[in-house]
Amino acid sequence: MARGGWISRWPVLRQLRGEDGRGAAARSARTDALRPRVEEADSVARSVCPYCAVGCGQLVYVKDGRVTQIEGDPDSPISRGRLCPKGSASKQLVTHPGRQTRVLYRRPRGTEWESLDLETAMDMIADRVVRTRRETWQQQEGGKVVRRTLGIAGLGGATLDNEENYLMKKLYTALGAIQVENQARI
Amino acid sequence: MAECHPVGFQWVVEARERGAKVFHIDPRFTRTSALVDRHLPIRAGSDIVLLGALINHVLTDGLDFREYVLAYTNASTIVSEHFRDTEDLDGLFSGFDPETARYDPSSWSYEGAGQEAAAGVRAEQLEGGARHAEAAGAEQYGSGGAAMSARPPTDPTLRHPRCVYQILKRHFARYTPETVEEVCGISREAFAELAEAITANSGRERTTAWAYAVGWTQHTVGAQYIRTASILQLLLGNIGRPGGGILALRGHASIQGSTDIPTLFNILPGYLPMPHAHLHETLDDYLAHAGPDTGFWGRKRSYMVSLLKAWWGESATEDNDFCFGHLPRLTGDHSHYTTVMEQIAGTVKGYFVMGENPAVGSSGGRAQRFGLANLDWLVVRDLTLVETATFWKDGPELATGEMRTEDIATEVFFLPAASHVEKEGTFTNTQRLLQWRHKALDPPGDCRSDLSFSYHLGKRIRQRLSGDEIDRPLRELTWDYPEEGERAEPSAEAVLREINGVGPDGRALSAYTELQPDGSTRCGCWIYCGVYAGEVNQAARRTPGREQNWVAPEWGWAWPANRRTLYNRASADPEGRPWSERKAYVWWDAGRGEWTGYDVPDFEPRKPPDYLPPDGALAEEALAGTDPFIMQADGKGWLFAPAGLADGPLPAHYEPHESPLPNALYGRRANPARRTYHSPHTPYNPPESPRFPYVLTTYRLTEHHTAGGMSRPLAYLAELQPELFCEVSPQLAAEVGLENGGWATIVTSRTVIEARVLVTGRVTPLRVQGRTIHQVGLPYHWAWGGGGLVTGDVVNDLLPVVLDPNVYIQEGKAATCDLRPGRRPAGRALLDLIREYHDG
Repeated sequence: MARGGWISRWPVLRQLRGEDGRGAAARSARTDALRPRVEEADSVARSVCPYCAVGCGQLVYVKDGRVTQIEGDPDSPISRGRLCPKGSASKQLVTHPGRQTRVLYRRPRGTEWESLDLETAMDMIADRVVRTRRETWQQQEGGKVVRRTLGIAGLGGATLDNEENYLMKKLYTALGAIQVENQARI
Repeated sequence: MAECHPVGFQWVVEARERGAKVFHIDPRFTRTSALVDRHLPIRAGSDIVLLGALINHVLTDGLDFREYVLAYTNASTIVSEHFRDTEDLDGLFSGFDPETARYDPSSWSYEGAGQEAAAGVRAEQLEGGARHAEAAGAEQYGSGGAAMSARPPTDPTLRHPRCVYQILKRHFARYTPETVEEVCGISREAFAELAEAITANSGRERTTAWAYAVGWTQHTVGAQYIRTASILQLLLGNIGRPGGGILALRGHASIQGSTDIPTLFNILPGYLPMPHAHLHETLDDYLAHAGPDTGFWGRKRSYMVSLLKAWWGESATEDNDFCFGHLPRLTGDHSHYTTVMEQIAGTVKGYFVMGENPAVGSSGGRAQRFGLANLDWLVVRDLTLVETATFWKDGPELATGEMRTEDIATEVFFLPAASHVEKEGTFTNTQRLLQWRHKALDPPGDCRSDLSFSYHLGKRIRQRLSGDEIDRPLRELTWDYPEEGERAEPSAEAVLREINGVGPDGRALSAYTELQPDGSTRCGCWIYCGVYAGEVNQAARRTPGREQNWVAPEWGWAWPANRRTLYNRASADPEGRPWSERKAYVWWDAGRGEWTGYDVPDFEPRKPPDYLPPDGALAEEALAGTDPFIMQADGKGWLFAPAGLADGPLPAHYEPHESPLPNALYGRRANPARRTYHSPHTPYNPPESPRFPYVLTTYRLTEHHTAGGMSRPLAYLAELQPELFCEVSPQLAAEVGLENGGWATIVTSRTVIEARVLVTGRVTPLRVQGRTIHQVGLPYHWAWGGGGLVTGDVVNDLLPVVLDPNVYIQEGKAATCDLRPGRRPAGRALLDLIREYHDG
């Protein structure tokens, strides 16, 4: 035990002197070889948190084709490097094992999911859009031209990018689908 | 704010450390309340009374910022002699048609010219009856408000009995500290402290800001909540100035962007209204009705023609109205909840749901699920198998026996989405700031961006077209973006450049003032014009905050024109000088003959303060050098809204659709123009019903995100907030017999759910109208599946579907409920319990 008064037993001093169990004594060849994930990353992308609308800056670190860390961007004048619990957990949003990475299909009255390849799914969806649009086309209503379908609707956009919303609105409008909405209505 | 926008709240904490006084007005005590000077618990649904009493306080004691009010607001404008206030009609404004529950706004207009301008809309309404009146709502005006004269008659002495200032004084006279105590449950002493603080902190030297979220919008009078705050802030001179404003704290990363470039039924990009079948047969008809000809909205032809050119390119010519006829037409309300009712009715056959989870995220979830179960086909795109994708397999209606998987004929496609780091593109955050995200890596497996999905779906649809006339808008659509990589990902930057727009030379435009009405420019969203100025992605700019001024104009890009504070001409006095050195922001530099300052001036850069418009001037030339509100027809901040709102030119307090109390202010109990549905799936609790005696309000927690699709599957977040709970006061717990940590059953006419009980002083019983009103607080992040590591009942299923008539947002923040101790019944017994309440 260290001799002397309480000051000499103060943990800060003990750590500085290397007497603390969590200091030099905890070092090993393995711990000396450990490097921070952010230092070992192959690349870092500047991004923005996907949760609320404050727009905190994120730095996304990638190694061997996997996201290894997401941290706050200290350059951001909005967030100054800080992230909330959700933003701090967003690496899990991208990497968690429950994430679906394959197309699934449920046929009418089916009781289970079936697998489907992406190209087939895209073709099937396009077929349904074209068919439903034709079947539900409304050229006029109440003596006025409306050029639309009430048979196709869309919901979503507040978690998407501007470019995505733009293409969606453009395509829906050209299709004549007007029941297009997103979370901003809610 | 600390709870739901935690990192934004750091600035509030910092301001408080520098001496700012901070109030938190909320039914519950939260992490925000813990860090402010004063928390004022309020009865959910009563905010117009509180804000109205603050307005009355300002007007009665003459505390308004008179020079600002006279120069920059419509306080002196004289209103039509046909206008009648709620004071005259016991809670109604003039123009109400009880048969249709709609207002005809023509009597609210300014004296003289205004009535003529509104006449077109009015005649159509009368001619077409209710269906047309429905469509002649707020969505018809775009962002510029209704057409009005730039120079209406005024009385600068503010003495004319029909000037806006005097109308306000009479209208708000009954909003007193006593009514605040009586209706909101806030004591006169607490009100006095708030009133003193905000008035002392407003004027030349100081500014006060208000921040809100959906606690103000999810009401049948939500738009009028914001209007009330706007009136207060205009009277105090707190708009367009640093440290002022009314800040909408939006809840999704790009929910602002999805409003600007709208996946919304009633608008086109840049707040141009969607055309209406009965009003807008030609482009000229449309432009005549789509907002004023004075102010910057007066350039609407340039904005609209440039949009049509962006979408239909060479096919859009002057001779064919620039393909205006290609746009589908509205005939009324086609909003989210109406669409769901149309699903149940069988009109809607196919549904795309992208990054949203209405089966648990929208009010009255039963209607949502019955709608989904009645579709021919459904496409869900998300990161996980959200409940909207799996309702046919595991929805609550299977447990009650109301649905059977084998009977549900909906064909479901689930397509996995790329995450925010696996694609590039811009979010528009809550402060109108566009920030570009760089892509970190490719998405796994079949995951694709929604950009890729939409683009490739569009390509496939275009390959399947016929020569029919109905296919022309698709055939002629500009749909050709560069593809990158083995996944043929369309270039998001090319799409952003189309949004920005190009000139006749094919080069990127740099400002919306460059847009032309003759078809020589193309622009996908006029308010975003300039985001690609100089062929540079301005949204990707990342000059560190410490290397630039406090406005940080070189981080990202804010619409419009990179202006960070809107209407900032008002930060200078009418002569163009800062109101004070302390609050200097934008000012007129007489020597150089231009506006300058810390921000980009939200004004024509070389229009001097003494500019007076010539007679008959149009667009911005019709506004004087002292008119800061450049999108308004008259350049003024509207204390009184002569048109543009569906439920009155001024805010009035109405009780929520479901309330335990009568309206203490007027004979009208609830908003007379609110929108209701008569669906067996979402019935209403009767008002003032002893069967549903408690106020129900919902909210978020820091550790989860809305309906939980992006938080319940994450181990850290699920561990931090593992279980649904209801917050009740010790008094309510004793009254009902609830135990902390035990179970409670919460009942409305829609459904019954169960939650763990949290008995806490964070919820305060309020003394209102001689009664004790108990409020029950419920976070709404849980559901039965969605890949969640934690599950719970769906809180939104409890809520009614009743809407604000301006914006069609549901009243999610103030309903009624009953509480019972213990767990809820399951299966058929759950339906029996609801029936018991119904038959009561």
